[in-house]
Amino acid sequence: MKITIDADKCCAAGQCVLIAPEVFDQRDEDGVVVVLDDAPPADQHDAVREAAAICPAAVIELHA
Amino acid sequence: MTALPLAVVGASAAGLAAAEALRRFGWTGPLTLIGDEAHLPYDRPPLSKQLLHGTWEAERLLLRSTEQLDPLGLDLRLGTRATGLDAATRTLTLDGGERLRCAGVIIATGVAARTLPGAADIDGVLTLRTLDDALALRARMTGGGRRLVVVGNGVLGCEAAAVARELGHEVTLIGRDPVPMSRAVGPGVGALLAEEHRARGVRLLTGAVDGFETEPGSTDEGARLTGVRLADGSLLPADTVLLAIGSEPAVGWLRGETALDTTDGLRCDAYCAAAPGIYAAGDVARWDHPVHGAPLRFEHRMNATEQGMAAARNLLAELAAETPQSAAPDTPAQERRPFAPVPYFWSDQYGIKLQAYGLTAGADQVETTVIDPAEHRTVALYGRGGTATGVLAAGLPPRQVRALRAVIATPLPWEEARERVRAATAAG
Repeated sequence: MKITIDADKCCAAGQCVLIAPEVFDQRDEDGVVVVLDDAPPADQHDAVREAAAICPAAVIELHA
Repeated sequence: MTALPLAVVGASAAGLAAAEALRRFGWTGPLTLIGDEAHLPYDRPPLSKQLLHGTWEAERLLLRSTEQLDPLGLDLRLGTRATGLDAATRTLTLDGGERLRCAGVIIATGVAARTLPGAADIDGVLTLRTLDDALALRARMTGGGRRLVVVGNGVLGCEAAAVARELGHEVTLIGRDPVPMSRAVGPGVGALLAEEHRARGVRLLTGAVDGFETEPGSTDEGARLTGVRLADGSLLPADTVLLAIGSEPAVGWLRGETALDTTDGLRCDAYCAAAPGIYAAGDVARWDHPVHGAPLRFEHRMNATEQGMAAARNLLAELAAETPQSAAPDTPAQERRPFAPVPYFWSDQYGIKLQAYGLTAGADQVETTVIDPAEHRTVALYGRGGTATGVLAAGLPPRQVRALRAVIATPLPWEEARERVRAATAAG
């Protein structure tokens, strides 16, 4: 799994960090998403998929 | 054994989330997604922000590309309206007259913008709910220096007023509540917003609209708007009026089905079920929130996705229980779960981002603390009957915002919440 993000669209809701804190974080100054691990291990994939699905700005894109 | 489809009615955020979740949770049968707009599923919050501002074009609002939609194998019916539902047989009627018998239905038809009598016949009076609405409003605001009257000072009206002002238009924001957004966020935060709007040059008025003034001779769009008449008799000259006076759940098409309660949305139980095999999600759904008690309905972007997913999971679990052999063999049995989210909404106005968790509307107790006026750093706590139910943050670092969410995830005694909010916002 490979993660790409469209940070310009991020609305800083922070749901990704709540769901997958080992993979996502937020910038201190504006809350915009930061990817900590763009090729996360298998045990994170379910959480990352949920984070991508729930993101209210459709920022997170997953690639096989 | 069943070849009946699942149908999702409504192809916006909630409907799309439901359709995707149905696939993710193991539905391999036919799946129909029905949307009354001609557009592929797109995101609505940017309509009153980036799209109106002109920083984003319409393509940027698409929630999924066609490459992302293709693998879902949807029978996608855009520009199609559902006109009826027979709940007992789970049969939809579509606007072309087609009847679609389904194994299950998820209703995510959202809401429609409220309007005022006569508005439709006037060139220059608009609402803002759909992409087409937003493009029409944007087209009227090119060039700057127009006179815009925004009727309604809730979230949508405030956001649109902010954008119009940033674009250099002359903006009047008029509401029945003297304080903007006070129903959603209370008078304290509302007063801060009012101050910012005034500082930016928006004229704030309290009052109600009595009617519109038009000039004789009409265009293709109707009589040309010249102004707004208020209930106190005064007249506001205007080139454009945006009606941001709330919305009505899109349940008119369900009214013939007596098995469903369509009072202020489609009434659901804690599992988002309106009837056997019939679920609802998003702005249209009024459901029993297991933590907050009373039936609730939210017009919040986050709720649309979360509830779409919950409705999908619970519908599949119900179907699996009805006919165990129809469950996909490689899918772990899902259990129906009450839908108990921590409600969340945000609003962007000028440089200010408000983020709220839990219930902030309808509070009988609000404590607003301005931590740093220059930076608009603010926290507010909301409660009812001595119980804290919601919190709002503006200008706070994300770690603190997440800590505030944790405080309010479950309602708690007011004094305890105050202490925890203070602790969460104490350091840097």
